[in-house]
Parts: sequence; structure tokens; C-alpha cells
Amino acid sequence: MDCKEGQRLIDGYVDGELDLVRNLGIEDHLHGCAVCSGSYQERRALRDGIRAHGVYFTAPADLRTRVQRSLRQAAGTTPARRRMPWQWIRVVAPLAAAAVVALILVPPVRGPSPESILTQEVVANHIRSLMVNHLADVPSSDEHTVKPWFNGKLDFSPPVKDLVNQGFPLIGGRLDYLNNRPVAALVYQRAKHVINVFVWPSNKNARSEAAPVTRQGYHVFHWEQAGITYWAVSDLEEGQFEKFVQLLKGQSPTTS
Amino acid sequence: MGEKDKLEHFEQAILPHLDAAYNLARWLTRNEHDAQDMVQEAYLRAFKFFDGFHGADARAWLLTIVRNTCYTWLDQNRARDMTTPFDEEIHTTEDNALNPSAMALKSSDMEMLKQSLEQLPAEFREVIVLRDLEEFSYKQIADVIDIPLGTVMSRLARARERLKRILCARLKEKP
Repeated sequence: MDCKEGQRLIDGYVDGELDLVRNLGIEDHLHGCAVCSGSYQERRALRDGIRAHGVYFTAPADLRTRVQRSLRQAAGTTPARRRMPWQWIRVVAPLAAAAVVALILVPPVRGPSPESILTQEVVANHIRSLMVNHLADVPSSDEHTVKPWFNGKLDFSPPVKDLVNQGFPLIGGRLDYLNNRPVAALVYQRAKHVINVFVWPSNKNARSEAAPVTRQGYHVFHWEQAGITYWAVSDLEEGQFEKFVQLLKGQSPTTS
Repeated sequence: MGEKDKLEHFEQAILPHLDAAYNLARWLTRNEHDAQDMVQEAYLRAFKFFDGFHGADARAWLLTIVRNTCYTWLDQNRARDMTTPFDEEIHTTEDNALNPSAMALKSSDMEMLKQSLEQLPAEFREVIVLRDLEEFSYKQIADVIDIPLGTVMSRLARARERLKRILCARLKEKP
């Protein structure tokens, strides 16, 4: 075996991936060739360094829970959100065909709209934030602490407004996951009631708002303003909650 | 198989490989936050396609999906990472041999090793991660990254050579 062949096979030799004949061949060559033998030692040192130096990243503790939760959602009651539409074309096309047939044969049954699924998600995240004692990643009543905390964690800068003077103190912020994207959750409090405000960028610039809805006793307000989507959820009494929403929108609340 | 049974079966077979999935995603995305998103996304995709998995090698099967998910993301977010620029400044031929016995990579060099590995183009980074961290066989690597078996050894050789150069350059800069 010559050096050219020797050099070509060194990695296979280090990795124990050569067949017997080539293995014997390279061992024989390494005995007699200082250059190739040096390369071999070098490769071993590098590989052993990688294996020994803890460059393996183990999953963060809460990732398992997060993955399991999303799997349950995909398998269970809530329809899975399509995250990468082009991957599902194969599945969707026959379903669409079947749906056309079904539309003709069967009276239409309406499934939940995306909006209503999202509402459910918002309420679920709100409840979860109260349940697992994970209200705020950054517990602070200072908007100048909360806002910069999101830097580098999100691809947008969430609007943070403290409303302590109006009776709705900001108590912190945290990262959350909604509508298939990481979002900012701003947490406010009124007496014992917690208000979660989820925000993320919207593709619409126009101002719009949806009528407030109530799910499982929680009120949900949704609006879009200046390119940001807002979802606010709380068990706060609806009149006060509405006042809060108006303050957040930057309007003075209508006195009632 | 009902969705519930499917989920149970899936969790038993695939969830134990969460660390492997995260490690690969973390190395490909080079940050913790995106890596977690990639893992979640990959698990959802894996679950969708679980019927097509026939139980041979769950870890390799999952990592194939993790890798594809990460590449789709890299494609959209950091097109530059897909190319393999040739680092002239580190491609010096003068004495940059690792002295294996004298140096033997001290633990204090760990950070440097991490940074050097991160500096490699993705296609080189992934073969080193799969081989030296996951200890995959050449056959498994060929399957995961979808290249001919014969190409695995030469790609590893190039990857390690490049890593060595980057590392040597960094070690030399070190005061």
C-alpha cells in the first residue's frame, strides 16, 4: 500500500470501518511510514478530543414535555396545525377530493374555524401558565426590563406598556408558543386576577378587532393594531377587562 | 391502530432519542432556541409519517427527519450556511499539525473545540456529529444524509481535516 492509499483510508481505519484486507494493509503501511502514522495519531487525538470534551448537547429538561404536549395535540382532540403545508399535499389532495364528494352527498358539517382553534389555544396557554406556576420568565413590573428581555428570543420586539397607574400593574413577561410560533406573553394583574396578553407580528397593518368571546369562563379579546396581533385572556370581570384592553390600545376608556 | 395506540407506540419507540435529536438540531442551527423548535417540528413530522416506519433503526430514522427539518429551516433563514466557503486564512500549509501526545486537547480547550466545530459548514459539521457524537456507522450516516456509502469516508476525512485546521489556527492565536 502506498501513502496515497494510506491517507485515503485513515479515517476508515480510525472508525473501524475497513474490511479485513484493507485493515491489514493499512496497519502494515502505518508500521513503516512515519508520515501516515503521524496523520493517524492526529486523527485519533482529534476524535478522542471530540468524544471526551462534552460537546454533546443534551435536551433541556422541559423539551420532552413540550414535545409530548404537541404530540398529544396532533393525535388527539385538537386538529393538528399544518406547519409545513407542502409536506401534506399528498395527504390533503385525496382528502379534498373526498370532501368535494361529501359536500355533494352529505349536508355540510362545520368544523371549528382556525380562529376558534386559536382562541382555544390562547385559553389553554393562559390556564397552563397559571397551573404550572410558570407565569413569568422575567418577573418585573418595569417595562424597560421586560421589553429588552425578549431581545434575541423573538424575531420582533413586543410592545410593553405598564398600566400600574390605571390599576393594572405589569408583573412580567415570558416566552410562549402559539399559532405555531414563539410569541411574547405579557402578564398583568388586577387584584387576584391574572391577565395574559399574547402578542406577535401580524401580516396586516390595518386595525381590526374581533368581538370578545368567553370560553370556559375566561374572556378573550383579540385585535390587531400597528402590525401586531394581540390576544388578551383573563377571568377578570368583563367590564374591567374591556377597560384594560382599551388602555392597552391607547384609548381612554369610556366611562361606564 | 387508533391514534391513541399509535401515540403510545410512537412515544415508546421515538421519544427515547430526544437527546440525539436535540444534539443534531443544536449543532445544525447553532442555537438553543431554534434547536428546540426544530425538535418539536421534527417529532410532529415523525408522528405523521410513523406508519411508514418499520422499526429497524429508530434513532437513524428520527435523525433523518430532524436533519431535513433543520435544512428546510437553514434554507429559509440562513442561506449562507448551506454553501461551503473556502477559508483561505486558515488554509495555511505551514506547521499546523496537531501534536497528539503533547497537546491531547486539554479540557480547557473544550470551548475552542466547540467554536471550531460550529465554524465548519453544515455538511461537514453533521458528519462529525453523527460519527463522533452519535457513533453512527458509515452505513447509518449514508442513510441519514442520503449520500452513497462510499462518500461517507471521504467527507469525514475532509471534515476532520478542516476542523483540525480551524482548531490549530485557534490554538495558535491563544495567548
